[in-house]
Amino acid sequence: MSGGSWTRYAFVAFVAVLVAVPAVAPAFWVTLGNYIGLYSIVALGLVLLTGVAGQTSFGQAAFVGIGAYTTAWLTTSLGYTPWITLAIGLAVTAAVALALGAITLRMKGHYLPLATIAWGISLYFLFGNLDFLGGHTGLTSIPPLAIGSFELKAERALFLFVWAIALAALWATANLLDSRPGRAIRALRGGFEMAEAFGVDGARMKTVVFVYAALLACVSGWLYAHLQRFVNPTPFSINMGIEYLFMAVVGGAGSVWGAVVGATLITLLKQVLQDILPGLLGRSGNFEMIVFGVLLVVLLQRAREGVWPWIARLLPRSAPRPVPDAPPLKARHHAEHPGPLLEVRAARKAFGGLVAVNDLTFDIRAGEILGLIGPNGAGKSTTFALISGALPLTTGDVVFRGRSIGSRPPYEIARRGIGRTFQHVKLIPGMSVLDHVALGAYLRGTTGVARAALKLDRQEEARTRAEAARQIARCGLTAHTFESAGSLALGQQRIVEIARALACDPTLLLLDEPAAGLRYLEKQQLAALLRGLKAEGMTILLVEHDMDFVMGITDRLVVMDFGEKLAEGLPAEIQRNPRVREAYLGGVAE
Amino acid sequence: MDLPIVALLAQDGITNGAIYALLALALVLVFAVTRVIWVPSGEFLAYGTLTLAGLQLGKASGIAGLLAGMAVVAGAMEAWRSIGDGEARRLPARLALWTGLPLAIAAALYFIAPLQPPFFVQILLALTAVTALGPLLYRIAFQPVAEASVLVLLIVAVAVHFALVGLGLWFFGAEGSRTPPFTSASFELGGVTVSGQSVLVVATSIALIFALALFFNRTLYGRALRATAVNRVGARLAGISPGFAGTLTFTLGALMCAFCGVLIGPITTVYYDSGFLISLKGFVGAIFGGLVTYPAAAAGSLLVGVLESFSSFWASAFKEVIVFTLIIPVLLWLSLTTQHHEEDE
Repeated sequence: MSGGSWTRYAFVAFVAVLVAVPAVAPAFWVTLGNYIGLYSIVALGLVLLTGVAGQTSFGQAAFVGIGAYTTAWLTTSLGYTPWITLAIGLAVTAAVALALGAITLRMKGHYLPLATIAWGISLYFLFGNLDFLGGHTGLTSIPPLAIGSFELKAERALFLFVWAIALAALWATANLLDSRPGRAIRALRGGFEMAEAFGVDGARMKTVVFVYAALLACVSGWLYAHLQRFVNPTPFSINMGIEYLFMAVVGGAGSVWGAVVGATLITLLKQVLQDILPGLLGRSGNFEMIVFGVLLVVLLQRAREGVWPWIARLLPRSAPRPVPDAPPLKARHHAEHPGPLLEVRAARKAFGGLVAVNDLTFDIRAGEILGLIGPNGAGKSTTFALISGALPLTTGDVVFRGRSIGSRPPYEIARRGIGRTFQHVKLIPGMSVLDHVALGAYLRGTTGVARAALKLDRQEEARTRAEAARQIARCGLTAHTFESAGSLALGQQRIVEIARALACDPTLLLLDEPAAGLRYLEKQQLAALLRGLKAEGMTILLVEHDMDFVMGITDRLVVMDFGEKLAEGLPAEIQRNPRVREAYLGGVAE
Repeated sequence: MDLPIVALLAQDGITNGAIYALLALALVLVFAVTRVIWVPSGEFLAYGTLTLAGLQLGKASGIAGLLAGMAVVAGAMEAWRSIGDGEARRLPARLALWTGLPLAIAAALYFIAPLQPPFFVQILLALTAVTALGPLLYRIAFQPVAEASVLVLLIVAVAVHFALVGLGLWFFGAEGSRTPPFTSASFELGGVTVSGQSVLVVATSIALIFALALFFNRTLYGRALRATAVNRVGARLAGISPGFAGTLTFTLGALMCAFCGVLIGPITTVYYDSGFLISLKGFVGAIFGGLVTYPAAAAGSLLVGVLESFSSFWASAFKEVIVFTLIIPVLLWLSLTTQHHEEDE
């Protein structure tokens, strides 16, 4: 969507076609086009939810229903104008989605879809059984939408209105994805851990996405009610909710255009199948369900990304947007703190009866590289998790700059000024190096969803991108700035993680086995980078088990074995320490 | 509301609850071993009832055709895999299992059905046919994406549900069916009339649950499935192939659901699309146990059955609304008691 000139031409052509449709196309196609527009709006929300944030909902049809029934009831029974009922519908939808999200989004991914199935069915039966909503017959004589005194009564007039809203939603969603909150949303796909390490409150962000998708569905329902001028429960059933998801998945849940493609394909296919299948099978019924079901299974087995990537491949690739020259983001607070920068005080982690970290105490002083080493299973990674907030402490505490951070959630620890990398590289496939590093700068920006969707964030965005480019240059990866991070070699991926951590302007950098799996040359490059960072005044905790690597670059070492501190001192002392040698070579010496 | 009505409603609720419990156990089993949220379980139930009802009329061509079709597809997939892996020598055995056996079942159905065999044989036939659909479905739809995320598996499951509902309409028509009761006996218990049918359903469910417990605790295959549920990678290293575990699980799951279908047939009129709502009640029950705990799932299902029965008395139009809204407080409770919130990708 961003930048490239062909996208602009394609977009202009698309709009031209849309404007021409109501003028020249037969009524049947205009009607179909209206429905495709309405469905696209709903599918767009699912693209964001399913394809980008890695969540899903089968209950979008119910949100469409809330939008439709709110306006239907308020305009027919109470005589409200549709513009007010839209606002009320959105408020009701937001409240319901917030409540559902708050309950389910803190749990594993599959509870949200299950809850949406159940709630979709509940609402459907509720619509059908409430007398004031007309029961199963529904509500009729809904007034048409009017702009001033001009009534959008004719389908042809509404067509332009529906598609204007659909395109606005598309534009806003594409803006959102290419922004500070958008990067955070994309980071949710691999789970909370990575996003939270950069200050994103994962559960909150997921809720935001869910509410956003629900609001889009509500708008679609509101339009539907004033297009049809009558509502009944059928189009808001769980089956329709499932079809919306099919649209997003078939079209390609990874791109906003996938929503339009999917809505178009499924709508046309349904039309065709409803015409021919009953004839073929010799009776009437919803036989298109069979084809949809089989089609989706095949698609998920063979081409999980949907149809859009196939179309995108045919289009010329747009050049990446150049990184603007912009003033730096505000530096974060690095006030001098007397005493050690980080203190691990009698930290203990027990998993049931197994004590992985046993009352461990050590300090990290400002400006040093401290190595935390030990044989496999010594408890290094658990210690790392206790400091970074990935695991809560059983007892003890971790104190950073004089304030306790023990057992705080990772996003709070990130806010205090601690950046980290992951032992198993956590990068989002398809996301560029620049975007990954810009995600690291999440805490240094303030743009929220609304500003991002309306593209009011360009100044901050330019500064963020410039900052990301600077960190990439600092780590020597400029040549790969626009490449997909997932396509780089492991050594480069680890450097991307370091650049990402640096982008948050940390006071303390936590590196979890950065040399694991690297080749000799890559290790040397990594060592050079870390020495450079230290020279600039960065404090680093390095968890490693590669002795050679650690000995060359650390100022001090803490050695762990069986969850306890075995030794602490300068690298040369540690190398001579008989207990350390025994821990590493013990079995062999006997 | 007086005592006889309470007793009647409770009896209804417990009878339905017993069926939901059986469903919930199937759902927990399938989820634990394969991570598939088995949305189409309801279609297996409906197919069970409707196949039996079809056999009553001497018809079974639809389900026989489906079995034959799936047998051919599964055979083709096996052939593709065997040749791709350079294991052409093992192909005949695989074809015999994946194509030959289901074709034989389909043929048996097709030829025996018009003879109108005794009721007991009809039940056996219906159970065999619907059970055979389970492993075939796993092989065709789920095994190729077995390593995908829970979310992708769920979407596949919903797609399969869609296809099976459409096929159900094609094979069984839009009319609902009931099967004859197993017994018309009833007796008095402390002034309350208890129908033999209810006792039979509850007793069969309990017997089946015990049989399953024995299977999981005492047999090698049962233990293999439990091992897979606890640790997929570990089980694989111990020589339990995930494909085998998945196939066995879907066979068991299909059998349990088909059994539910046979049990529910005399109680309710079952339509081609009834299964979804019934299985969702099983899901609500299963969610009580967080989709992993068997006793909590069974208890939850009983509660769902009783709640449904009483709400159909007080507010029959809102019966479904009440049952499905129950999921919200249950999820809230789960969310407050579950600490772990990391994705299981």
